[in-house]
Amino acid sequence: MSVTPSEGIIARIKQKNLADLIARGKRLDGRGLTDYREIKIEPGVIDKAEGSALVHIGNTMVMAGIKVEPGEPFPDTPNEGILTVNTELVPLASPTFEPGPPDENAIELARVVDRGLRESKAIDLPKLCLTPCKTVLVVFVDIYILNHDGNLVDASSIAALAALLNTKMPKYEVDDDEIRLKPGRIKLPIQNFPIAVTQGKINQNLLVDPNLTEEQVMDAKLTITIDKEGCVCAMQKSGLGAFSLDMVEAAFKTAREKAEGLRKLLEK
Amino acid sequence: MVQTQPPTKLIDEKGKRIDGRNPRELRPIKLEVSVLENAAGSAYIEQGKNKILAAVYGPREAHPKHLALPDRAVIRCRYHMAPFSTETRKNPAPSRRELELSKIIREALEPTIFTELYPRTTIDVFIEVLQSDGGTRGAGIIAASLALADAGVPMRDLVVGCAAGKIEGQIVLDLDDVEDKFGQADMPVAILPRTGEITLLQMDGMLSPEEFEEALNLAIEGCKKIHEMQRNALKRKYAVEKEAAEEIVNTEKEEKEES
Repeated sequence: MSVTPSEGIIARIKQKNLADLIARGKRLDGRGLTDYREIKIEPGVIDKAEGSALVHIGNTMVMAGIKVEPGEPFPDTPNEGILTVNTELVPLASPTFEPGPPDENAIELARVVDRGLRESKAIDLPKLCLTPCKTVLVVFVDIYILNHDGNLVDASSIAALAALLNTKMPKYEVDDDEIRLKPGRIKLPIQNFPIAVTQGKINQNLLVDPNLTEEQVMDAKLTITIDKEGCVCAMQKSGLGAFSLDMVEAAFKTAREKAEGLRKLLEK
Repeated sequence: MVQTQPPTKLIDEKGKRIDGRNPRELRPIKLEVSVLENAAGSAYIEQGKNKILAAVYGPREAHPKHLALPDRAVIRCRYHMAPFSTETRKNPAPSRRELELSKIIREALEPTIFTELYPRTTIDVFIEVLQSDGGTRGAGIIAASLALADAGVPMRDLVVGCAAGKIEGQIVLDLDDVEDKFGQADMPVAILPRTGEITLLQMDGMLSPEEFEEALNLAIEGCKKIHEMQRNALKRKYAVEKEAAEEIVNTEKEEKEES
């Protein structure tokens, strides 16, 4: 059952200060309303994983690891590989994260990242079929939140994509129902770059890449995932507030502009 | 292994969808409030083949106690699908999808409720999908907000949910299960009809900026039509009760006058 969360205590004075600043187009950390914090992408940090990446957005720190293994296809897609996205809100990342099975926030986060990758067809899944109806490759994307300072969705989706781009998987060969490893490694067939852009709403203002303090004050947030053609492939409104139609349209426009810049970072 | 084959055409040459609807047409909707005796409020919706019950309990004492918030009521929401509601049996344990939907439905309903009037209590909203045929989160929201109204929970407005999407390259309203599965995009939206504020917005698939705008406006249009039906469902129940009450008062008056 989903329960109203008790919000983190943030001093009323800070809340007012922050809202006043934002109304004047400024933010506590000196950014403009549509600026991201500094983004650092470090691919290939875990040798044992087929692919990995460590991403920083300001103090938010997320690691993604990719494992690729042969498995059975789903009955409704017998000729396609499988994409699985999982996130862990690791207890060392925040005083509010607790050990245990993933809660609704972890599940929502994973499903929003998953939706972006799946709907944009980022991975060419039909190419991951070894024998139709029998064996396909399963791509596990495991996202580890290591430090929580807001905007986990964008950090996770950049980390997932960077790790997928970094993936070098074993070559498999199927001979008389037997799966054998061949020497050498190949890249994953990546054909699209879905970029998630999250904006928080405080009163009547939108701010790109909200940090944790801003997340605690904001009414709601909207994640819009843009593919390489500038089309939208996933969206999620989250939080207790509401958006006007005009705000959604403004957010959409900003998301398309910001996605462009983020995509360039990843293409490097 | 059971395999569902994609239908050859989701829209035929005449522009009709598989169930005979036009692209901008809603499925037939049936609404009824106060259908469950025990709940403080309840509602039932049929939308096409969707059959969904919603019930509200509370405001009531928060249990366990640590859930309670000092300045407002806690909303608890569960969206759940019956094992027999789908083609192949659904495991009754809550899936990741149901957990996510419970959260976003709660967040769609919560902005409309005056939670500050009932501090330290919980208001529980249960949505049980008995038969599903696509668009169940929207239908669930429609029923849940009626159940809240039926329970007498003070609200700013009803909440209405409806999806728009893309099939065969065309923007259509209120996708059913087949259209969702084999179409190109699905975008569930929920609004507060009085102000037009959007309290739920999700989307998966692929839409160009122009298509996105068209779909969003179409979904909102659909929501507004359903809102009329919601109001009528409440009127059917409560106008009848008002009439009955007035009749009793009148007969009592007459009896008094006679004696």
